[in-house]
Amino acid sequence: MNQPTLKQFETVKYSRIYSLGASRGELVVTNDDIAGPIDSSDEWIRQRTGIITRRRASKTQSLIDMAVEASNEAIKGAGITPQEIGAVIFSTITHPYQTPSAATLLADLIGANPAPAFDISAACAGYCYGIAQADALVRSGVAKFVLVVGGEKLSDFIDPTDRSISFLLGDGAGAAIVGPSDTPGISPTVWGSDGSHWSSVSMTSSLLEFRDGESTWPTIRQDGLTVFKWAVWEMVKVAKEALEVAGVKAEDLSALVTHQANIRIIDELVKQLALPESVAVARDIVNTGNTSAASVPLAMHQLLKDGTVKSGGLALEIGFGAGLAFAAQVVVLP
Amino acid sequence: MALSQEQVLAGLAEIVNEETGIDTDSVKMEKSFTNDLDIDSISMMTIVVNAEEKFSVKIPDEEVANLLTVADAVNFITAAQG
Repeated sequence: MNQPTLKQFETVKYSRIYSLGASRGELVVTNDDIAGPIDSSDEWIRQRTGIITRRRASKTQSLIDMAVEASNEAIKGAGITPQEIGAVIFSTITHPYQTPSAATLLADLIGANPAPAFDISAACAGYCYGIAQADALVRSGVAKFVLVVGGEKLSDFIDPTDRSISFLLGDGAGAAIVGPSDTPGISPTVWGSDGSHWSSVSMTSSLLEFRDGESTWPTIRQDGLTVFKWAVWEMVKVAKEALEVAGVKAEDLSALVTHQANIRIIDELVKQLALPESVAVARDIVNTGNTSAASVPLAMHQLLKDGTVKSGGLALEIGFGAGLAFAAQVVVLP
Repeated sequence: MALSQEQVLAGLAEIVNEETGIDTDSVKMEKSFTNDLDIDSISMMTIVVNAEEKFSVKIPDEEVANLLTVADAVNFITAAQG
């Protein structure tokens, strides 16, 4: 008996980002609005973080609401139907259910049911992790189009009296459609993690401790200086490696889109990378705050929307945060 | 060869100047980074990393909080040179 030869997915040579979508929390929260409980001021917060306002969701605006809005914009921009989406990847750390995933609900709400859908937990590196996976799924032929969403409602997990990170945080969702391309559109991703710093950015306690009355509601905390040091000097190495494996130089870039953690981190990264002035630097944090997994797509979307950069240019995107997890890739702007 | 305290002070003053714009002559041993030189914790970390590179020493993160004055930093770096 002759055993039949297995069929496998046929590979696709290149992939690219087709489009982006964005949704921000509907509330504009000023520094004065939040300075009281941390005994701070508008000036102190601006000087330390660059943030003038952060966008936060209202009580009735959910993580899924923002993800749907961003996804619908991306799908429309890509000129595809939701049924053409072959996988939905939702990067988030603020979906308030252990199971089921946010991605399956999102897929259903946008009309992509029965696409495979799953969440990933890579915090502020999550969107770039998602792009790496989408690139692999598209080029391996597993999915023709992949929806990648980075979305957070961080305001559900903050402590108004926390001076380490809560005052930086905002809510939003950014979405991208990744699909096949005739020309290279996503470079190899440089990514990794360092769990030896697991506690540098983390929740104050586990849900089990909260259940057992051993802690208050878990919120996000960070060791700011350790994270700052890692985010600048380790990420400079990652950014340089990403440029190298992409085969481009800093002066070839149209934009640098980093995770919008803190303007001081962004400014120091720009300095350490010795970026020429021709490279636009995303500073969406000023008006949006730090939205973790959503920050890279939101910041890139804003650069394109306000005309700072044009479609077709090259952008180095780099996400880094809790884990500590990081990912960087050079992409052709949609 | 290990640098003297005076050489470390001069090098540190250059780093502080580059990060904050503070005149190198103002970076004196008795000055407090926070109270006298008005250097915030993020700038302090940048100064620390640049000092590690310049003097080829390791300054642990947990040690940074103990470096209150310029003298603290100069003494630590001088000793760490071994």
